[in-house]
Parts: sequence; structure tokens; C-alpha cells
Amino acid sequence: MKLIKIILYPKHLIERCFEYNLFFRPSTYPKIRPQVASASIAVGQVKGTHFLGRWCIATLLLMVWALAVPANASLEIDITRGHLDPTPLAIPNFSGSTDPERLIGEQIASVIRADLERSGLFKILDQASYIEQQRNIDLKPKFAEWRVINADALLAGRVEIENENRIRVDVRLWDVFAETHLFGQQMGTTPENWRRIAHKIADAIYQKLTGESGYFDTRVVFIAESGPKINRVKRLAIMDQDGANPTFLTPGSYTVLTPRFSPTAQQITYLSYSSMVPSVFLFNIETGRQEVLGDFPGMTFAPRFSPDGKKVIMSLVQDGNSDIWVMDLRTRRRARLTSASAIDTSPSFSPDGSKIVFNSDRGGSPQLYIMNADGSNIHRISFNRGRYSAPVWSPRGDLIAFTQQNKGRFHIGVMRPDGSGERILTTAYLDEGPTWSPNGRVLMFTREVRPGGGPRVHSIDLTGSNLRRVETPGDSSDPAWSPLIE
Amino acid sequence: MKIKLLCLVAAFAVSACASDPQTTQISTPTAEPVQPPVSSRVTSVETHTTEPVYVARPGSIEEFSTNAGDRVYFAYDSYTLSAEARATISKQAAWLNSYPRTRILVAGNCDERGTREYNLALGARRSNSLKEYLVNLGVDPSRVTTISYGKERPIDPRSVGAAWSINRNAHTAIVSGAAS
Repeated sequence: MKLIKIILYPKHLIERCFEYNLFFRPSTYPKIRPQVASASIAVGQVKGTHFLGRWCIATLLLMVWALAVPANASLEIDITRGHLDPTPLAIPNFSGSTDPERLIGEQIASVIRADLERSGLFKILDQASYIEQQRNIDLKPKFAEWRVINADALLAGRVEIENENRIRVDVRLWDVFAETHLFGQQMGTTPENWRRIAHKIADAIYQKLTGESGYFDTRVVFIAESGPKINRVKRLAIMDQDGANPTFLTPGSYTVLTPRFSPTAQQITYLSYSSMVPSVFLFNIETGRQEVLGDFPGMTFAPRFSPDGKKVIMSLVQDGNSDIWVMDLRTRRRARLTSASAIDTSPSFSPDGSKIVFNSDRGGSPQLYIMNADGSNIHRISFNRGRYSAPVWSPRGDLIAFTQQNKGRFHIGVMRPDGSGERILTTAYLDEGPTWSPNGRVLMFTREVRPGGGPRVHSIDLTGSNLRRVETPGDSSDPAWSPLIE
Repeated sequence: MKIKLLCLVAAFAVSACASDPQTTQISTPTAEPVQPPVSSRVTSVETHTTEPVYVARPGSIEEFSTNAGDRVYFAYDSYTLSAEARATISKQAAWLNSYPRTRILVAGNCDERGTREYNLALGARRSNSLKEYLVNLGVDPSRVTTISYGKERPIDPRSVGAAWSINRNAHTAIVSGAAS
């Protein structure tokens, strides 16, 4: 096993980041401290939830949420439909008794608004229309004053700076029409970690109102691109799901491609041209250590973790031919899964780990195939017109997202694992490389709107609506979504 | 060399020199036209041959790319060698067999009309096609390393057919053993 150690942020890198006006910070999340919740007027059952076990165990301490779950929530959103009619929410700035508290309160509220708005499921009502001013959030709001502006739900929050290292945030979500308390939460963290509090609150609201887990407290690894097309600089980078906190992880002196997040650890696997033979690497986000994965007799590429995070599946080139191999990360034992004299690449496990979807031209053109995890029972699933590639299995298991090329255009689409129910969601000069949000409701992908325009990460709902550009400091490609930071 | 060239020029006039970089002396015929207008009398033009500024040294990287050719091209989504590609590779093999201490890196490249990972696999096939043909022509396989850049290293940045044709290639680089 070869180890390559790099210092994460040498001076020239830091300067480069400032050049791009990036918010620079350590690449691991600050701690969120444990907090006993007070849910004095919460109704229903209180759930203590455990936290952050497997993947942030070293950096994140235990935290307790209080979730007050009413027996029958009257306000529910069906997120399986298109959303022509987003749910109106009122989210006033969080209150505080000092200016610094009110400032953090404004910032948190604005991140929550942006998260929910971007999901396409919610419409955040204009703050100027709010009649009732913030008072004690533990008191019932004047529901009539929120009904008048047509708010379906009201989020009220309060910030308290307990000391210079710690803030406490209390929130309550109210159903304006049923006049019920939907949930109350209290969280504590360091002051500079207020963004994560905001994302967690947005996730809680999303979950409460849609019945599905959210995806706001997540990050995205991607390739930050710069320079002319014939001499492109491609660096590994990471950002929050909303584009905040972009940070470079590699220096740009060598090309890196196709990063993928571990489902269970602060780890990324990707293709790096840093050595003589382009190879699959692992990157530890907490330590910054890069490590070539395995001592394969040829170029390795197209890596992806297994759902349990214990294996990496990838392509190996031997005598010009790409086949799919799997490597156990602990034992470093590797096994060959395909052996056709055809291109076999872009493998992706089903969430239960039993099957693998991949890209092969064994039928004469690139198409999608599924096999069992041991390489048996290979069968084709894409039969419509065009060329299919870059398949990714949904974390829910019910769909496979892919890239389709047809008549000179590229598309992102989805189909069921048996090949039925194909739906094309996007079209552009270049759309490729989809990645799923951890709840399987949103896809990010690389888009080049017009030839030579430079690629940018975009996102779209599974319904095919709500297409958005994800704001990155420059050109960006190959996004890969992290799991939900529990 | 200069004298030889001049002789050639004398024999074939302008057309013989079309592909040579040297300029040559041309003696324009001075036979009188039947009814020459006074204003259009033909006068002779003299040009002088200059020595080539630079000649690639035998065994150098430059000589390889000039005389053998360092790039062969492919059809869309294909790694089959065309007749033209095979002719180029034959010249590469002859050169490599003349300079047996040289080592090469063959890079496979693709146009942008494919997805990233598929193109990495396709580029690997292209570089391997070239390597196999060289080996068949007697080049020791241990002298040939292959790599794929997929669609990451276009040489023409435009998104038009002519650029895509150029960007679908296998490039041979001498990495060691060449004369400098």
C-alpha cells in the first residue's frame, strides 16, 4: 500500500482561495454540543434521538433533539408530484435579546429560508407582510395574524449566546390553520457553526411537512475547474449543499476527476493523475491524507463506495480493456467481476449491496447493465434510443439515474432497475454524471449550457421540475452528494 | 544540398517546391509576347535560397514528430486504426526500431461527445490499439507505456466537427532516450 501525505493547505493554496473570495475554514465540521431540550409546551411524545455515530464520531459529540410529534399533522406535502403550488411558510428572523444574538438569528433564518425555497416545495412569505412581531417564542402565536397573510406554517426561533464558545437556538414550528404545535427543538453549538444549525432546522421542517428525511445538512464534493479548455486545471473541492464554504482539497498541479463520498466515513474516493499511472485514490477529509487504493497492474478509474462503505468498486484497464473490480478496504483483497472484451465501467451498487448497475458497450454501443454483486447474471436494462452511461442507483433503491445521449444532446434521466418507467428529466448541450441527494428526491449533475460555456453543477427534482444552478466560485463538474450528516 | 535543390528547381520550376520550406531562385521566361503592351513588360524576378533555419536532429523528439508523426486519429466511438493511422504507426515503428533506447508514452484521447468515464475507457482502447500495432511491427512492448486522458485533453477547444475529429486521437510522446 502506497501512502502519499500532503499538507492540506499550503500557503499558495490559501492565497488562491482568497483570490476566489472563498470562505476559508477547516474541512471538518465544528462540534455540536449535547443539549437537553426543553419542550415545555410540546404536545405528544418526545423522542430522544441519537447522533452522528459512525461518521463524525471523532469530531462531533452527542446531541439530543426533542421532537414533539402531534398525533395527526394536518399539514402534509406530497413530494411525489410536481410542485406548481409550493406551501407558503412564514419564517421571521430569529429573536435575540442582544444585537449579536439578533444578527445570528437573521443569518440562521435566512439560510433556512434559502434551503426550503430551493427545494421548490415551499414558498417563503415576504417578511414585510408579517403583522405579528417576534415576542416570546414559547407563547402561542396569534394564528389569525398569520392566516391573514396565507401562511400555512410559522417557524419561530430564538438565539441565545451563552458564552463566547456556545450559542443556543430554540425553534418552534406551528400549523397556522390547525393552530397546533408541529415541533419544538433546541440546539447548541459554537457560534461559527450557526450554518449547520440552520440546515438541521430546515431538515426538520422538511421532514415534518413532507414525511421524508431532508438533505440540507449535507455536503457535496466536486471538481473545481479553471483555465483554458486545452489546459484545464481540475481540483478536488468540497462545499456545503447550498454552495457555502467551498474549499479546495488538491492543489491543481495534477488532474483529479469523479470524486465520490463515502456513505459512512469522512472519506472521498476519486481518480487522480498525480502518479505515473492514473489511479483510484482515497482522501481522508479529516486528516487530508491521500492514499492510492490498491496496487493494480494498470489504470484504475470510475470508483464508487459500496453502501456499507467497506468496499470500493471500480474499473481496471488491462491491455486496453476496462473491466469491473471490487476491493475490500480492510483486507485490500480484490476480485474481478466482469471479463468481457468490452468496455465495462461506471459501476454503482444497489443500496442493499446485492446488485451492481454499470455501463458497457458489449452490445455495440454504451448501454446500462445490471449484475449480481458477485458478477453473475449480467443483463441489459436500457433499450430506448440513444447511448446510455454513468448510471447511479438511487439511495431509495427504486430508480437508477443515468446520462443519455441522443441526437447530439445530452440528458439526465431515471428508470426503474428493470428498465421500465424511463423518464428524461433534462436536456442540454452537455448534461452528465448525476448524483442523488441522500433522500433520493433531488439530482445534481454537470451541465454545459452551450458549447464552450464551461460546466456548472446544476440540480433538478426527481419530478423534472425545479432546475437550478448550484452556485460555485468558478466552473464546476462531477458533483457527488454526501449522506445526511446525522 | 543547395546545388541539388537548384537543379530540381531548374527542372520543375515552381511546383516542385510546393512542400519544401526553402525559397528558391526562379528565372522567369523572357520570351516576348506577340504584341506586348509597353506597360506590361515582363521583368525577371530574382529570389535567393536561404538555408533552412533549423533541421531536426536525427533521433530527436522533433525529428520523430516531423518524420514519423506523433498523432493518429480515430472515428467517433472507435478504436480501429485507419489505413492512414497504420501508415503513421509504421513510420513510428521504423523510427523506434532505429533508436532502440527510446521509450514512449501513448496517450488515448476522445472528443467531448461522450461521458467522462466511458471516454476514459475508450481512450485506453485507443492507446492500446496503437501499442499493439507497434508491437506487431517489432517494437518491444516494455518500451511502450499507455495512458488514457478520456476527454480531458482536447487540442482543439471548439465544439465543432473538425475539432472533434482532431481531439479523437492517440498521441505518441518520446519520454526518454531521444537525442536532444
